[in-house]
Amino acid sequence: MKILVCISNVPDTTTKITFTNDNTEFNTAGVQYIVNPYDEIALSRAIELTEGGKGTVTVINVGEAANDPTIRKALAIGADEAVRVNAAPRDAYFVAKQIAEYAKEKDFDLILTGRESIDYNGNQVAAMVGEFLDIPSISIIKKLEVDGNTATVEREIEGGKEVVTVSGKFVASCAEGVAEPKIPNMRGIMSARTKPLAVVDAVALEEVTKITKYETPAPRGTVKLIPADQTESLIDLLHSEAKVI
Amino acid sequence: MSVLVYVEQAEGKFKKSVFEAVSYAKAIADQQSTNLTAISIGDVAENELKELGKYGASKVLNVSAEQLKTFVNQAYASVIAAASEKEAADIVVLSNSFSGKGLAPRIAVKLKAGLADGAVELPSNDGKFSIKKTAFSGKAFAVTELTSANKVIALNPNAFGVKENAVEVAIENFSADIKQSDLGTVIKDIVRATDKVSLPDAELVVSAGRGLKGPENWGMIEELAGLLGAATACSKPVSDADWRPHSEHVGQTGIAISPNLYIAIGISGAIQHLAGVSSSKVIVVINKDPEAPFFKVADYGIVGDAFEVVPKLIEALKAHKG
Repeated sequence: MKILVCISNVPDTTTKITFTNDNTEFNTAGVQYIVNPYDEIALSRAIELTEGGKGTVTVINVGEAANDPTIRKALAIGADEAVRVNAAPRDAYFVAKQIAEYAKEKDFDLILTGRESIDYNGNQVAAMVGEFLDIPSISIIKKLEVDGNTATVEREIEGGKEVVTVSGKFVASCAEGVAEPKIPNMRGIMSARTKPLAVVDAVALEEVTKITKYETPAPRGTVKLIPADQTESLIDLLHSEAKVI
Repeated sequence: MSVLVYVEQAEGKFKKSVFEAVSYAKAIADQQSTNLTAISIGDVAENELKELGKYGASKVLNVSAEQLKTFVNQAYASVIAAASEKEAADIVVLSNSFSGKGLAPRIAVKLKAGLADGAVELPSNDGKFSIKKTAFSGKAFAVTELTSANKVIALNPNAFGVKENAVEVAIENFSADIKQSDLGTVIKDIVRATDKVSLPDAELVVSAGRGLKGPENWGMIEELAGLLGAATACSKPVSDADWRPHSEHVGQTGIAISPNLYIAIGISGAIQHLAGVSSSKVIVVINKDPEAPFFKVADYGIVGDAFEVVPKLIEALKAHKG
């Protein structure tokens, strides 16, 4: 089984998010980058599914050379090879197109992504890749089992889940539950240095979105503290002052 | 030119988030001086479809093809794209629900459209069609201009509100050619916890963290949530320890929510947790540690032991409800 896992290079989850240039650019100063945590889940499941010579895992990233350390991290976790599409990842539409173009050539059985990237929270790439390739896509899965040519997945829905089967090639975006994220061991880190990381050119695509400005949430006023022995007054405040109950 | 809104049904009914999407789409149609058409797929009774008129849909396309009774995002996307063509709709709106997230990107590719998902406001009316959407897991917003001719918007629940705007509504049957290859996914089972409020849509949320000490202590959290009609949620360490299911985990790597009221009990407020809940309208924090970072972003706080405070809240709430 040949699996392609799409990874994003995102700011570490503890990053304080700030912007520069009149709030038009994300301030990358001092930011540590990581493999998007959901993509790690997808990658970990891909490794489990191919362990013991049952297949190969390729990771793909759309980004510039600065992303290579993050891609090496994915190789250290256990991917067999990597490819980077050499272009700034302008938006999900562009990224998905690049991945679809690469996947079209290579004939993967399964393409996995994380449920969303923790920077732009898109959750778009998996379904867009599916559409570009005209194959099924299943978003936000919590379980993935593969039996021969058929896969069974559990997809999250409001207040429950759907059990879905799919045959043949498909794309899925993975959430918690699909696998425990694997942590690279020393052998993985050493071998990652020599695993293949190919760099390919991007295909041209018309622009469909453009981020023009960032905003940070309005700061809240100071907290109104209620003494623990007057707990009941909280209910009155929520009812008559905040008007939420 | 017109606006098309996809109205997702669950067991033949529309949820509040759907009426919200219709209200939002109607406001865009008004901005653009055009009409709003809704498209419903699956088994929905006529009186339920007529409800959509209350929020501004003047036409409803009803798709009841047998093979589309259950959700298949690939085929649904084809039908919605066909409807947008028929209606000459250059703007397609839907809820940013779990199904919406699997659908909107496919529609966007079909229509070669820019997609704003997680939209929290109306598009700007300055000819640029810029939409504010959530980014960095609630730590920021990105104002995104949709520069393509066609546009798709997935609206976050609880972001716009339901606005009544009654119009005469005409219901039409609609069908589109379905390719067999569009039906590649098959639903074998749907498991729904019917007695619980669904977290992403919830207006009120009661959430608890490690301060609760163990899963056996969640009884009071569920009781409080039950009295409020709230959904229950939890922090990451709690779902990691399997005290609660992953589907309840809110935060940067869980789900982001924006309820009217978020009550955090025994959660210290790590930056990753705050990211997922900071767009809640009112935040109440109950923690025995007065230095807990969560108090800095709270509207109301009680410094106290959850095991004393929560039972008192339950009593007070019972008294309040009479």
